[in-house]
Amino acid sequence: MRNIENIEDSIREVARKLLNEKKVELVIGYEKGTLPLRTAPCFIDNPDDVDKLAWNASCDANLSKYLIGVDKRIGIIAKGCDARSIIVCITEKQIDREKVVIIGIPCAGVVDRKKIEAEVDGEEILEARVTGEKIMVKGKNFEKTLPKKNFLCDSCLTCRHRNPPICDIMVGNKVPEITSAEGFAEVSYLEAKSADDRWAYFTKELGNCIRCYACRNVCPLCYCKECFVDKTLPLWFGKTNDLSDTMIYHIVRVLHVAGRCVDCGACSRVCPMEIDLRALTKKTEKIVKERFNYEAGISLKEVPPLGTFKLEDAQEFVIE
Amino acid sequence: MKAKIMDKNELQDFVDELTKDYKVFAPVKMNRIFRLKEISKGKEACLGYQNTRQPPKEIFFPQTEILFTYKMDKEGVELEDIPLPNEKRVLFGIRPCDARALVFLDRFFSSGDYKDISYLEKREKTTIIGLACNSPLSTCFCTSLGGSPFGKEGMDLLLEDINEKYLIEILSEQGAKLVEHIPWLKDAENADFERAKKISEEAESTIKLKIAVEGLRKKFDSMFDAPLWDQIYQKCIGCGVCTYLCPTCWCFDILDEGTPTCGRRVRIWDTCQFPLFTLEASGLNPRPSGKERMRQRVMHKFNYFPKDFGELVCVGCGRCVQACPVNLDIREIIKAIMNT
Repeated sequence: MRNIENIEDSIREVARKLLNEKKVELVIGYEKGTLPLRTAPCFIDNPDDVDKLAWNASCDANLSKYLIGVDKRIGIIAKGCDARSIIVCITEKQIDREKVVIIGIPCAGVVDRKKIEAEVDGEEILEARVTGEKIMVKGKNFEKTLPKKNFLCDSCLTCRHRNPPICDIMVGNKVPEITSAEGFAEVSYLEAKSADDRWAYFTKELGNCIRCYACRNVCPLCYCKECFVDKTLPLWFGKTNDLSDTMIYHIVRVLHVAGRCVDCGACSRVCPMEIDLRALTKKTEKIVKERFNYEAGISLKEVPPLGTFKLEDAQEFVIE
Repeated sequence: MKAKIMDKNELQDFVDELTKDYKVFAPVKMNRIFRLKEISKGKEACLGYQNTRQPPKEIFFPQTEILFTYKMDKEGVELEDIPLPNEKRVLFGIRPCDARALVFLDRFFSSGDYKDISYLEKREKTTIIGLACNSPLSTCFCTSLGGSPFGKEGMDLLLEDINEKYLIEILSEQGAKLVEHIPWLKDAENADFERAKKISEEAESTIKLKIAVEGLRKKFDSMFDAPLWDQIYQKCIGCGVCTYLCPTCWCFDILDEGTPTCGRRVRIWDTCQFPLFTLEASGLNPRPSGKERMRQRVMHKFNYFPKDFGELVCVGCGRCVQACPVNLDIREIIKAIMNT
């Protein structure tokens, strides 16, 4: 079994070395959060501060967002999905490969605190500890030990790249990849519904959107200098939270990340209204996989299918 | 102090009575979260919540509000006002921190030369029934900011859960009028008050977190250019979660949507965390980065508003603490500033 403390120690050692040897100016990792089952992004530029760095099953943020537009040599902690989003950003020339040191960590999945909260009937969790395959949670009137495998984030359940495909330094041993998982079970469930039922589903989900743009801002692939929704002249799309406006916002965002999304699940995790945002992104991921046999963020050489054109591309949508 | 009492199993009947004469908004579980929604029957209301995900400001100050519509043709321009609601309303089951936040909103929307009719009309027509907190959360810090789990500010009635009964404290004339409608409510007895007092003290004692905010406003006076802001904002992703879920954030934008022949003027929520908030027509943005925007949010709550109105404009509900995508904890910011 992998020892979390050892990984934490190794991360600190690696960070110290990189900073001491001036290979990087900054290390971006995780630190202990102020609430149970939370961690926070952490920025270390002084080797004396590396002991702040933490590693545990709540290190769920995709930190690669912080690399965009920063002209520094940076060491960054990256799980499988995080590394993949860094790779996408490198191929799209948003991150300079020479300036980033990817500290890869094989990932056995991060826990979904919303699932745990639901399990304890919405009671407040005051203390939590994840050790090995068990999660211990404690509140005012309860104490429970839960099997970790039942409380992982949905994106981790279908993840096929738990080990970073590309990294400069690997911390910890590789974890076995899940090959048996049905990658698109959630999508099939929605596909099986009638168009009316699907419309009803998305109406209910997106009807709760408050246009806070946490999903956009947390996404490493939403790096447009000026987002279409932030324009007022011309006003491309309405800015209200009327259903038609929120729907258009989400549809366009999903189309913008189609074939690029690595399903890190960050958008879904940060949504304050707990909207099922992965349903749409997962569907586009499936289409791209089926039509182009392409998975985003695996190789630095492959060009994303929507960023290129090949004569043999299927074109049956062209109507004569 | 006047108060009524009812058995817990009479709660649904109580709300049912209200729905006869009032439009009632109450906490309802939608998908996976609690939100305030209009209900038509007592059984729809759900009091098993810690707090609603969004604060009650949306009831008076909706995220999207059409102010008027227009039509234009050869004859000229025709404006049509959107009629303001004229029914009596009840906002049922909001927490004391949120009721207190409405007092701040009232000041903002009614101070100075301009009275916000749309907000004030809705507010005046609404009777507020609070629900005291027997079990505050670990993220609650209302007592540091002048509130308390059994606080009574901003309410007409306060429901207090005293085990098998609810004590209904009458806090205003409007509240008294409302309970008159319900003849079967009994008068509270001394023992009920005593029990409520005990529970309220217990609830207050569970809030261990005490943030010393004495002198916070003054401290901020000299902190506009402090290097601290460079560290604080670093992890902020610049989304609107903290402000949109904040019971005391009230900034808005006004847009005209439509064509030269017809359209509407809409008011929508806006937030100081978005770059567009201060972007000027010339292209200049006086708050160009997350640093200035984060500073604005904190300074507005703990320095600018207190200067104008004499009070810190945070009620310690803890929503921003719980929902921040990157665990940027306002309590830590306050502590860091107090320690500089």
